[in-house]
Amino acid sequence: MPSVMLRNNAAGQLVFYITKKDHEETVVALEHPGPGQWGGEIELADGSRFYLDPFEQAPKLPLTVRVKRL
Amino acid sequence: MTMNRQESEKLIQEVLEVYPEATGKQRAKHLLANDPTLQKSNKCIVANKKALPGVMTARGCAYAGSKGVVWGPIKDMVNLSHGPVGCGQLSRGGRRNYVTGYSGITVFTDLNFTSDFQEKDVVFGGDKKLAAIIDEINTLFPLTKGVSIQSECPIGLIGDDIEAVARKKAKDIGKTIVPTRCEGFRGVSQSLGHHVANDTIRDWVLPNRDDQQASIESTPYDVLLTGDYNIGGDAWSSRVLMESIGLRVIGQWSGDGTLSEMELIATLKPKLNLLHCYRSMNYISRHMEEKYGIPWLEYNFFGPTKIAESLRKIAARFDETIQANAERVIAQHQAEMDAIIAKFRPRLEGKRVLLFVGGLRPRHVIGAYEDLGMEVIGTGYEFAHNDDYDRTFKELQDGALIYDDATSFELEAFAERLKPDLIGSGIKEKFVFHKMGIPFRQLHSWDYSGPYHGYDGFAVFARDMDMAINNPCWGKMTAPWKQKAQAVGTGVAEAA
Repeated sequence: MPSVMLRNNAAGQLVFYITKKDHEETVVALEHPGPGQWGGEIELADGSRFYLDPFEQAPKLPLTVRVKRL
Repeated sequence: MTMNRQESEKLIQEVLEVYPEATGKQRAKHLLANDPTLQKSNKCIVANKKALPGVMTARGCAYAGSKGVVWGPIKDMVNLSHGPVGCGQLSRGGRRNYVTGYSGITVFTDLNFTSDFQEKDVVFGGDKKLAAIIDEINTLFPLTKGVSIQSECPIGLIGDDIEAVARKKAKDIGKTIVPTRCEGFRGVSQSLGHHVANDTIRDWVLPNRDDQQASIESTPYDVLLTGDYNIGGDAWSSRVLMESIGLRVIGQWSGDGTLSEMELIATLKPKLNLLHCYRSMNYISRHMEEKYGIPWLEYNFFGPTKIAESLRKIAARFDETIQANAERVIAQHQAEMDAIIAKFRPRLEGKRVLLFVGGLRPRHVIGAYEDLGMEVIGTGYEFAHNDDYDRTFKELQDGALIYDDATSFELEAFAERLKPDLIGSGIKEKFVFHKMGIPFRQLHSWDYSGPYHGYDGFAVFARDMDMAINNPCWGKMTAPWKQKAQAVGTGVAEAA
């Protein structure tokens, strides 16, 4: 269950950052991108996948969340 | 000689052959020939890994990262080296963080405070001693705004509870006390010290005034400077540039900075956080973005090209007055910069530079060298992470060598083969390369010169590089009786 910071970069892409590992990747696919439900399965540019419990509304970014490695 | 990618790869292979098989395999992952089209570094270079036993590394420790870089330069508080006396004394003033103020009254960075651990403190624990020291500091220097406790190795090994002491004493004396768990054995390099120190700012400093109102009025042009190098006064030459384009700098972290500036952030939220040293301050910048909604922006103030680029990038985040100011400032300095380049470029054109420095100076100074017509043929970081390499590839020419945590053997082998005209690295490498007859500048402390940031700094930078490379002494490396008759004296004539 890594602790992950989600933020938008200058180009408007969603960026996934694991502080402990200094691992920064852009998100290429988000299962529920909103409007409405936001979260679910996350796929990163390097191919790794994570699961984030969906929010009811798109949250205000940046935000630190716990995700599950798939 | 400038190498293409194949030649660089071949050189790397030759250098690796010397190592035993297992070591060679590990080191191979840290060496690379640059490909500027690469976006992500994690597939091609391994960084932030423990140095291998048996090879010499140039890295420091977590204490060096916290005391030397993040907490050490904060001038209005006592940064106590908690542990044996050596760490504090040997790290005092080495990084040349200049400050303004009066020693012992508003500035405490030039004094060495240590708890001077002895055998009995290790055996019986040092918490009582620490509490006594904090009281003593408060009595002797009542004007200190706080104390940061920089743990050295023994503190972690014997399990002292410095957090408990900090909480209790903070209540007793009514000042901020920051316990920093930056024991030297933590992590692989000083990089973890930066992270630990950033986390203590997050936990022990920023929340202090969360529920308070700002004591001064905020303006739409408030910015915060984080991670200025502040070696030989860098922070000031950056600050004047920000102010000249009409921004109000409300804090400098950590060069010439104060604890009050840090605590102010929570109440007086700046519009933008300008980050120079990404490696040492990105953690707290990300946190401030999340908690206070302060966006951060990386910039680079080395060399006129990058300065202009950065000023425009910063100005683009503000309104048209600032943008017009930025253009005016860039135009104002154009003539002066052209004169410097006209003077030094003919003397430095085509010279090749090999760099091996700490966190991110290599990628920041490449632009400044290019302004002077020099090329960087190899670069490496002592304690970078993959995100630093992500940002380096595109700055560096194709085929240039990249070496992560290079060993002293690798550096010497590369220097011997590439025969660079200048090497920029630290004090540990300096005399080795001097003896090899290669001009050298220390890029950790600007070789007791500086500042190198900003327009003012570029003039000093160009002069220093010229001074190092065109010094007449490099023509005198062969003993007079070994020189051919006609060669005598030409070195001086060329350089004059």
